[in-house]
Amino acid sequence: MLSVQQKLEILADAAKYDASCASSGAKRAGNGKGIGHSDGTGICHSYTPDGRCVSLLKILLTNFCTYDCVFCVNRVSSDIPRARFTPDEVINLTLDFYKRNYIEGLFLSSGIIQSPDYTMEQLIAVARGLRAVHHFGGYIHLKTIAGCDERLIQEAGKWADRLSVNIELPTQQDLVQLAPEKKSTVIESTMRQIRSKTDEVEEDRKHSKFVPKFAPAGQSTQMVVGATASTDREIIGRASSLYNDYKLRRVYYTGFSPYPEADSRLPLRATPLLREHRLYQADWLMRFYGFKAEEITTEANPDLSLLDDPKAGWAKSHPEFFPVDINGASQEALLRVPGIGYRNVDRILRIRRYHRLTLADLRKLHVRLKLAADFIIAADHLPTVSIVNESARPALASTASEDLQLDLFAASSALTGSL
Amino acid sequence: MRVLRVPPDFEVWRTMAREALREGWAPEQMDFQDNTVPAPMNLDLSSTESPQSRNIEHPFVPKTFLESAKLGAVHRDSDRWNLLYRLLFRLQRNRELMRVEIDDDVAHLKQMEQQVRRDLHKMHAFVRFRKIEEADAAGKPQEHFIAWYRPDHRIVPLAAPFFAERFAIMRWTVLTPDETMSWDPEAKALSFGPGVGKEAAPQEDELEDLWRTYYGSIFNPARLNPSAMRNEMPVRYWQHLPEVTLLPVLMQQAESRVATMVTRQSRQPSAAPFVPEEHTLPVLRAAMPSCKGCDLYKYATQVVPGVGGAHAPLMLVGEQPGDQEDIKGAPFVGPAGRVLRQAMEELGIVDSNIFMTNAVKHFKFVQRGKLRLHQNPRSGELNACRPWLAAEIEAVKPKVVLCLGASAAKSLLGGTFALMKERGVIKPTPYADQVLATIHPSAVLRARDEQSRDSLYQFMKDDLALAYSTALGKT
Repeated sequence: MLSVQQKLEILADAAKYDASCASSGAKRAGNGKGIGHSDGTGICHSYTPDGRCVSLLKILLTNFCTYDCVFCVNRVSSDIPRARFTPDEVINLTLDFYKRNYIEGLFLSSGIIQSPDYTMEQLIAVARGLRAVHHFGGYIHLKTIAGCDERLIQEAGKWADRLSVNIELPTQQDLVQLAPEKKSTVIESTMRQIRSKTDEVEEDRKHSKFVPKFAPAGQSTQMVVGATASTDREIIGRASSLYNDYKLRRVYYTGFSPYPEADSRLPLRATPLLREHRLYQADWLMRFYGFKAEEITTEANPDLSLLDDPKAGWAKSHPEFFPVDINGASQEALLRVPGIGYRNVDRILRIRRYHRLTLADLRKLHVRLKLAADFIIAADHLPTVSIVNESARPALASTASEDLQLDLFAASSALTGSL
Repeated sequence: MRVLRVPPDFEVWRTMAREALREGWAPEQMDFQDNTVPAPMNLDLSSTESPQSRNIEHPFVPKTFLESAKLGAVHRDSDRWNLLYRLLFRLQRNRELMRVEIDDDVAHLKQMEQQVRRDLHKMHAFVRFRKIEEADAAGKPQEHFIAWYRPDHRIVPLAAPFFAERFAIMRWTVLTPDETMSWDPEAKALSFGPGVGKEAAPQEDELEDLWRTYYGSIFNPARLNPSAMRNEMPVRYWQHLPEVTLLPVLMQQAESRVATMVTRQSRQPSAAPFVPEEHTLPVLRAAMPSCKGCDLYKYATQVVPGVGGAHAPLMLVGEQPGDQEDIKGAPFVGPAGRVLRQAMEELGIVDSNIFMTNAVKHFKFVQRGKLRLHQNPRSGELNACRPWLAAEIEAVKPKVVLCLGASAAKSLLGGTFALMKERGVIKPTPYADQVLATIHPSAVLRARDEQSRDSLYQFMKDDLALAYSTALGKT
């Protein structure tokens, strides 16, 4: 019989390949009967040496699994130690950790045991126990098992702040190759059910505030990048349609990294962290900067450059768009200037009503002038160098990427893809 | 110069500032000194100057200023009160001043505000409670959660509401060098007291081992990135965090852990290099003892090749040799073999029509005293040994292969094969056209009671009968 500590070791280890540890997006006031509240911003209670935030107790209920997905450490054919928590063990761990202020809440996932419905019922039992018995007010993120009954999704959303179904790999073809039991149609139909339930409850709540919330922090998903040959263009396009079709709050990209007892069909080395970072930047461009998925890469160069951030890349190949006048251009145009983040765009719009901005002013706002200077007009500045579209650069990128591992671009890019 | 000593209290400064505005003191004439910093030696509180500005009875104090100022007031910058007065004074003439974020004074206050907000956020994140058991007023035991924390700025009162809401039903205390705050869950009340040193807090909590276990396990060594970690969790906070004691070990081992994973992945054990090209039984038999495809050869007595009719129509594949088989060098000669032979006899199966072998050719066990306890082969070992099995199938060319037990089924029918659901179903595989699986005869021996033993035996016998009749073409 394994001790709780041994189980924790196995089941936390098995959960670390899920990138998300976010605890933001849902406000929950203290209820006076149990511990816990969320102020909506999310808190990282620690950081591991991989630079990742530790916000939630992120574990699997069990790493036994009947599926055989090649890219997954928990696949049935993998020689790893197996364990299974009881729902009460997870509940007690969550409460004990929470009381000591180690965590914001729980992120519970699981290998598929018996059937999707059975597995989902087990996950729900934990969430229900925390909320209904212990009046727990902290954050709960439940992995939704693709293909489970709609009734279970409904109950999961009643207890959880966030639900997520992993799309796993960028294309249906990748799935056929590496995850034979998973079908993107099943995954997407579960996403669709979550979305329609969310819409329904939102509509009902307009009429009565007594209708209980449904997964108030929305739904997210994750895809593994670099395990297959899919291009960044395919990945970004996929993400874009997921955002549109299912109103996802977040798509997480996790670079493939080697893990114990991996299948020999997988790459032998980790995807560069920089590629992951570039994808997050592209994701930010779509969500906060008004870019369309198909603008970010081209058919001819379907992968993001590792040298330039995607906004700088776009700017270099669109000289006709620049220069942009800081003191006169529209918000949409300012958002397209490399080196100016969306928060700074808001600041610039606020300040210029009272004051014409100079380069020194922009420096005070921490605009990255090295990047921006060639593309802007300020009160005391005209761009001096012509913007060169260096078409040779993407070719350079592939050789440079080998040893390009910039510390600046860290796992934190999942949080701040600001450009 | 008019000098005022200001205690660390925003409301006191506010009263002083209103007074100064009413009397018409310009910022250049005023020095609001931080009274937590020792006064200069030549401090002279008397002044002969007279106010040089107009008198302001009803100062204009926008909300944006007030909010920033309240946060800036707890900053440890000793010049903060002067900055606030200067801004307040300038606001009387320029009402939009707070919007001009590039103004030096505004930018300075915004920066202080941001530093205080960050400090608050980090305090919410990095306070670690330790639980103690103590006696309440009536002498009954109660739980008390105590933390010690050193914030950068004087933020304790600002941080309090967060903890009060989150841990409303717990009795808790946060000790800091500036002041302490406590929460009484019955009265639902906060109380504040003087600051204390770290030694006043409990030194450990039994949960911390478990927390460290979690921290060590959730870390992915393939993505080592310590500078990103230090950016978000600067070293000055580490004194509060029990988990960071693990950091040196985690970081030191990361590289070798990844290297091991990658080597294991690229060099998955396989018998393939030891299998001769000619797939005939005598050649295979002769080559088998030299196999070092996985580690099992190191512990077993000998390799156990298959036996039976050289061109038998039915091949039976077990899991691996047992204790008896390992000693005698032949498959199915132990207790499980007897069960199998009994079923074969009852069905009238002729020995020469059968070839018997195993998915793994060496015995795997753990020594317990004098006993050698059987251990299931891992999938790495099943994969490693499969080239031998595939070669035997090619040599014998059976019409039907019957897998006995889950391990053999895993080897030929794939990792997701569910034995009890799919037993007795004939499927094509890359190794042979007709493969099916049934339970292993040792499962019959391990049955809980008479009844289940009978039914398990019947399952095996039915599947064996189906396999045999299919192999002989009598369906």
